[in-house]
Amino acid sequence: MDVVSQMQKQFVDYKQYLYDQGFLDDQFKQLLQLQDESNPDFVFEVVCLFFEDSEKLLNNLATALQQQMVDYKQVDAHVHQFKGSSASIGAVKVKNACVTFRNYCEEQNRELCEKCLENLKGEYLVVKSKLETLFRMEQQILAAGGSIRV
Amino acid sequence: MARKGGESIRQRSPQKVGDFDQPSSPKLHVLAVDDSHVDRKVIERLLRISSCRVTAVESGSRALQYLGLNGGEKKSSVGFDVNLILTDYSMPGMTGYELLKKIKESSHLREIPVVIMSSENILARIDRCLEEGAEEFLMKPLKLSDVNRLKDYITREQGAEKGGRGKRKRNLQDDYTPSSPLLSLPPP
Repeated sequence: MDVVSQMQKQFVDYKQYLYDQGFLDDQFKQLLQLQDESNPDFVFEVVCLFFEDSEKLLNNLATALQQQMVDYKQVDAHVHQFKGSSASIGAVKVKNACVTFRNYCEEQNRELCEKCLENLKGEYLVVKSKLETLFRMEQQILAAGGSIRV
Repeated sequence: MARKGGESIRQRSPQKVGDFDQPSSPKLHVLAVDDSHVDRKVIERLLRISSCRVTAVESGSRALQYLGLNGGEKKSSVGFDVNLILTDYSMPGMTGYELLKKIKESSHLREIPVVIMSSENILARIDRCLEEGAEEFLMKPLKLSDVNRLKDYITREQGAEKGGRGKRKRNLQDDYTPSSPLLSLPPP
């Protein structure tokens, strides 16, 4: 098998691994289907927006939980937003971490919320790293003159 | 607005620049309202792939501005070529529900169909929106099949004579069993 075919196989296998391990769900597949020659970077652009938004939200959450008087409604609003955007790209573990977080928001327990935030941040960083790997693999294939099968 | 020289054929719908390459009817123009960057981008793509023109805004107030409801004054007729308003429910400032109400309260906008989207499957919320006049309530994240269905529905509604308003539908992707039959509202 030549180098490009090998890379393509690895790419396909890696993507499948991400679905199998529950990092990404069907929604990500839906996004891939919206990508074509006229919009070849669509998924990459959406995921970049997700990274940007997520980082802002994580900062906002950290700040909100550091306040003397924590505004749990505000915390909940941020987590709700995070839940929405992670669901939109199919980052299912991140979404689930948000669901758990929202449940704890209702208890209005600062320490539990801080734990939730750590957990959420952890899940986010994992999926971010996976997605970056996926895009890097894609770039390498394109650079070697191959094409990406969706 | 450019016009073809010597054109004597009248079209039923107004032609706009950029629509001359459309062989049949002009594209549906959808006003998408969502405060999430990610969702706006995805919805825009879903709509464009379905051959719709899209104007995406980030808030209810921006949407009203676009539609010409700026502080109660009727401005330019830009908003009049909008065939569908697709709005998120949960937005800071003005919710999708509040936007829906303002649209239905406006004599020149109330005929524009409004569809609400939400990531939360809350029955009371869905009922409230449908009762206020929303055409449909869709669960996020939206799929291409949702958009295709919406498009067909809007195109059909546009073609048909607008007599009485028929049934309102709930559209739930979860395994929800309705405890009451589909709402059926009398004509306004």
